[in-house]
Amino acid sequence: MNLEVIFDNWRFLAEGVILTLEITLLSLAIGLVLAVPAALMRLSRNPLVSMPIYAYIFYFRGTPLLVQLFLIYYGSGQFREQLEAIGLWQFFREPYFCAVLTLTLNTTAYTAEILRGAIQAVPHGEVEAARACGMSGALLYRRIILPKAFRVGLPAYTNEVVFLFQATSLVSIISLLDLTGVARILISRSFAAYEIWIFAGAIYLAISYSLIFFFRKVEHRWSGHLRDRPGAQAAAVEEAVALR
Amino acid sequence: MGELIDFRGYGWMLGEGVQVTILVGVCSIALALVLGLIGCWGKLSGNRAARIAADIYTTVVRGVPELVLIILVYYGITTLLQYLLQLALGEEVLIDIDRFSAGVITLGVIYGAFATEVFRGAFLAIPKGQVEAAKAAGMSPLLMFRRIMMPQAWRYALPGLGNLWLVLIKATALMSVIQLDELMRKSDIAARAVKLPFTFYFAASVIYLGITVVSMLLQHRAEAWANRGVRRA
Repeated sequence: MNLEVIFDNWRFLAEGVILTLEITLLSLAIGLVLAVPAALMRLSRNPLVSMPIYAYIFYFRGTPLLVQLFLIYYGSGQFREQLEAIGLWQFFREPYFCAVLTLTLNTTAYTAEILRGAIQAVPHGEVEAARACGMSGALLYRRIILPKAFRVGLPAYTNEVVFLFQATSLVSIISLLDLTGVARILISRSFAAYEIWIFAGAIYLAISYSLIFFFRKVEHRWSGHLRDRPGAQAAAVEEAVALR
Repeated sequence: MGELIDFRGYGWMLGEGVQVTILVGVCSIALALVLGLIGCWGKLSGNRAARIAADIYTTVVRGVPELVLIILVYYGITTLLQYLLQLALGEEVLIDIDRFSAGVITLGVIYGAFATEVFRGAFLAIPKGQVEAAKAAGMSPLLMFRRIMMPQAWRYALPGLGNLWLVLIKATALMSVIQLDELMRKSDIAARAVKLPFTFYFAASVIYLGITVVSMLLQHRAEAWANRGVRRA
């Protein structure tokens, strides 16, 4: 075992971890914001609105992320002149931009589909009750449907977050120095393949389970009103005893 | 727009790639199913050591990115086997694992962990009373597994396994990293040769999409077949 290579390069590795987290958070944040309108459009009764979104979600869920990444990063080169003409080439030239764009488009598709399922799972009675109270349109969505849908969709979204976090390792293929990219460079320099891969794997493992732990906490918090009060069972027993 | 569908005579490469992709996928899912059944047995068995081993297996594999595992297994497994054989035989043995086997082993090991969880859920869904009835009827564990548990577990496991296959076939694209000549790598070579990256990657993505659609149709059929004895509400 040659652990020196890890200690000597800890700063380089830390930069890799930071880039991994940065890309993950950026794509997740933008993806979540875009997923809400995407899910609503997907549920629209107007086929002119729902069909394009359906096609988009189907395409991004049905093809490998690596192909999407190459399609955007290398594929944009085929339209270099057109992109230069509208001033977008400077963005598509950057691997960082292409990585975030691809991951965002990918996670938006998955998140929108999760959200669609969650919105459809909102009980009719709750919507009817809200309508009876005079809520409609945006207010109904903001106060009743979306909060409930977020809560229902959270376990599935946790999986998506972990998958996206792990999927960021693909950006090392388009030359970005995320944790995997840094590990690859260190291995080519030092040949300490096992030590570095196992170290990188352990970091991914630790962050993955931290994310799961964090989302379990959020789930616990958001479902507080659905649980028994602390001591509720004891109180119920006491009440039953007192009634006798 | 004409150049978007002009493969400049390299279209056949995609055809070759698809064959390898499907072959890798089928072999990997077969291995994953076997590992999944073993892992599920480990998790549900009373044996403490087997349970811990299965738990470590699924925890590690599901927490580490596929790409890292692929590179680790591809470069690691040969050295590990050589090391073990050297310990056992006392002489140096050279092992050369071809890319295809390495790819199948890696994907099989990764998706075996996910299959473990699918099977675990499926076996837990079988009503306890049926197992007790089978025992009372004097069935041996193997006969009980074959006649009572497996036919029902399939039914519960099929949706999860179908999903697993869809994820696995997309993950075969990562095999291009270890230079296995599957669809992704073939389209990469072709794209670089004729400098039409968008055309070839897009064509590849449409082929993956086609595989997904066909798989979903087959899954639907398989589920209908597995549920043929179940009354619908």
